[in-house]
Amino acid sequence: MELTDQTFAKSSLRRDSGPFGRARPRWGEKILERIFAICASISILTTAGIIGVLIFETAAFFQEVSLWDFLTDTQWTPLFAQKEFGIFVLISATFLTTVIALIVALPVGLLAAIFLSEYASEGLRKALKPALEILAGIPTVVYGYFALLFVTPILKTFIPGLAGFNSLSAGLVMGVMIIPTIASLSEDAIYAVPRSLREGAYALGATRREVITGVVIPAALSGIVAAFILGVSRAVGETMIVAIAAGQNPRMTLDPTVPVQTMTSFIVQVSLGDTPTGSLEYKTIFAVGMTLFLITLGLNIGSHWFVRKFREVYE
Amino acid sequence: MSTRNLAATSLEPSWSAVRGIRRVWDRIFGPLSLIATLLGLVVLAALLIDVFSDGLPRLSWQFLTSFPSRKPEEAGLVSALVGSILMIVVTAMVAFPIGVGAALYLEEYASDNAFTRFVEINIANLAGVPSIIYGLLGLEIFVRVMFSITNGRTVVSGGMTMALLILPVIIIATREALRAVPNSLRQAGLALGASQWQVIRDHVLPQALPGTLTGTILALSRAIGETAPLITIGALTYIAYLPPASPEALRTPFTVLPIQIFNWVSRPQKGFHEAAAAGIVVLLVVLLAMNALAIYLRNRYQRRAV
Amino acid sequence: MTVQTATETKTSTNGATGQTNYRASIKDPILMLNNVNVWYGNTHAVRNISFDIPRHQVTALIGPSGCGKSTVLRSLNRMNELIPIARTEGEVLVNGRNLYDASVDPVVVRRHIGMVFQKPNPFPKSIYENVAWGARINGYKGNMDELVEESLRGAALWDEVKDKLHESGLSLSGGQQQRLCIARAIAVKPEIILMDEPCSALDPIATLKIEDLMRELVKKYTIVIVTHNMQQAARASDYTAFFMVNDDRVGYLVEHNHTDEIFTNPKDKNTEDYITGRFG
Repeated sequence: MELTDQTFAKSSLRRDSGPFGRARPRWGEKILERIFAICASISILTTAGIIGVLIFETAAFFQEVSLWDFLTDTQWTPLFAQKEFGIFVLISATFLTTVIALIVALPVGLLAAIFLSEYASEGLRKALKPALEILAGIPTVVYGYFALLFVTPILKTFIPGLAGFNSLSAGLVMGVMIIPTIASLSEDAIYAVPRSLREGAYALGATRREVITGVVIPAALSGIVAAFILGVSRAVGETMIVAIAAGQNPRMTLDPTVPVQTMTSFIVQVSLGDTPTGSLEYKTIFAVGMTLFLITLGLNIGSHWFVRKFREVYE
Repeated sequence: MSTRNLAATSLEPSWSAVRGIRRVWDRIFGPLSLIATLLGLVVLAALLIDVFSDGLPRLSWQFLTSFPSRKPEEAGLVSALVGSILMIVVTAMVAFPIGVGAALYLEEYASDNAFTRFVEINIANLAGVPSIIYGLLGLEIFVRVMFSITNGRTVVSGGMTMALLILPVIIIATREALRAVPNSLRQAGLALGASQWQVIRDHVLPQALPGTLTGTILALSRAIGETAPLITIGALTYIAYLPPASPEALRTPFTVLPIQIFNWVSRPQKGFHEAAAAGIVVLLVVLLAMNALAIYLRNRYQRRAV
Repeated sequence: MTVQTATETKTSTNGATGQTNYRASIKDPILMLNNVNVWYGNTHAVRNISFDIPRHQVTALIGPSGCGKSTVLRSLNRMNELIPIARTEGEVLVNGRNLYDASVDPVVVRRHIGMVFQKPNPFPKSIYENVAWGARINGYKGNMDELVEESLRGAALWDEVKDKLHESGLSLSGGQQQRLCIARAIAVKPEIILMDEPCSALDPIATLKIEDLMRELVKKYTIVIVTHNMQQAARASDYTAFFMVNDDRVGYLVEHNHTDEIFTNPKDKNTEDYITGRFG
């Protein structure tokens, strides 16, 4: 048997071949491989399960509520006697908290990424990077506690009209939680910019900051935008911080000082109560879940597409 | 440090010889980015100080061994602790074998075809789905459809839901660990006439195990802190009993640490807020211990690496 | 340019001596190196480099690989400082002022002494932006379109790109990219252009184009070029400096003279061996 560089290629590993015969596959091996393949398919089953469950209940929901009302109504009162189902009420609250969070997370995260990759010494970087990662590991219920019982009282001293539950505290704390996501992905993008590009800029008499903002960041932009989109996705899907600190009052507003209810908050509210299967309330949380799923799916796909399309080729 | 102009003959009046504003920007940019980096850490410190100062005084043996109660001073954590432990055991027992199996398939057996790529896309996608959606999935499938097996909103439903949630993380971590095993090791085993599974079982998997365990422990530590999916599947917030000491425990309603904290935070009385803070302290200590274990494992076995 | 005979030391011997054998005297040099030494951490890279660079001429730095010629080149515009462990001692004088004086800002130095690199490294921006950016950050307030055209003409690239100024700089061929880097460098109006093996990544035709370009450029600028290609040094330069590594692995200047003299009448045996291809 000829020894080639394909001899040990994965595709040939499945057969026992060679001068000692035994070209038939071993059955035990085959079964194991099948089992492992099934394990891998669980991921497909999970996705199918999520989509299937959401579609099933959402379809049932839309048999009772018209899609038009769902998209255009300006009130959200599914638990009252007079039921209204305007999803944009919830979306507006999600939007509000997300925007506040990104206003914090994007500049801070990006600047932190710049600091860690361009200014920090190796030792400093080794110390600060894990410290920032801790921010990502704190359970969100702890952030919720912090937002409600620490941040809101402090903000009240600056903003007298601030309600006990409001989207400002929740948004700010959510922003802090997202900082590591943006910082970490941005740093990867910045790190990938080749040294030769920076040297070319320095050689033109540029200051360090000009090299960073004029050449490095634009070259890393696709990765930074992807980080931003992923940050938005995380903010949209966040539940506990808003459930604890932002309130349970569905209202369509852009005022950050009043209680609001986000999509995720609503699902929690209903789940805490006693909701019989098959009831409209039950189906409603799936309709909201479907909306949430589509939004985050769109954002995640958008981020991948963006990177693929705009990734800088340096050479 | 002032600048001097060199070879003054080359300067044209339309170029700024003085670098005033450029220098200012250059000077402040570094410190500005440092401040940004520290901002997050300062908030983290504030959070920890706030939680520990409120929670530590409330921490006591009584707190750890009592049930929740309508009276803040008597509220305790034991049902939530037990619930968390039971649930995590179920999660680990489900997620670990499936996750490792899936990673083995993708790294060691699969060829690059449409199925493989489809699986990989799925895993990447699932990692980005909000955790509350997993709760909806668990609610419909495990709590409702599989009611006869799981008995509804019970430990086993919660455990399986969380298992699905952290599965992508375990798969990704295990794949990295498998990739780190040098190919020369596999070739050496195969060259002796061993079958693929023998090589994996005796050589690849043992070497990849520390990385796998580290990733799994980190994934489990994330699962312990998760709240939203479990609320959605209906983990209750007020459990005043312990599950029976039998397999039937898996089929009883339960609560977990983060949900108990959530419940206390949501009450108006200050006493409950302190209980919540104490609960947070316990949760953070558990997380710290798990992360420390994971890091210890990684360092210990990295030194031994070939 | 009068060339005076050696005022220094030993006549040539076999093997490296560590001493500069001959150094041409230059009237009114634009750059003077005095005992320049560079260390990378604890490694002594080049020792006691002293020679002069004449105005509006091409000076080539040649020598076997590892002899420190790139290090010497990069010490002329303080690019070595971008490496944290690098340390430079000695003087580099421009019109009498030491570039390494504490009062001198390296950023300003680099505007006046530009650099073209071995592997073309245009920015991932449009051709127009590649040329304009350096000028813009240095405060150019004039007509940018004119400056871009002037610089691209100066780099013999205008005719080839004038219809596609807004396409990416990376869409050009290797030789064109390198000329784009030259255009970018001259847009900030330096006095001196340093070139670190600018043609080693290019094909022979592109190489010749760049060598012709150097002949034109030198009317307005002074050029110092590092090259490992001796024929290129012989063809394209007016003065040549030959470097070598001593037994203690430290680079030093062996001989510096008018190019004709170096290649027809080298004063040092090592120079003769190198240019006849006996080593390197």
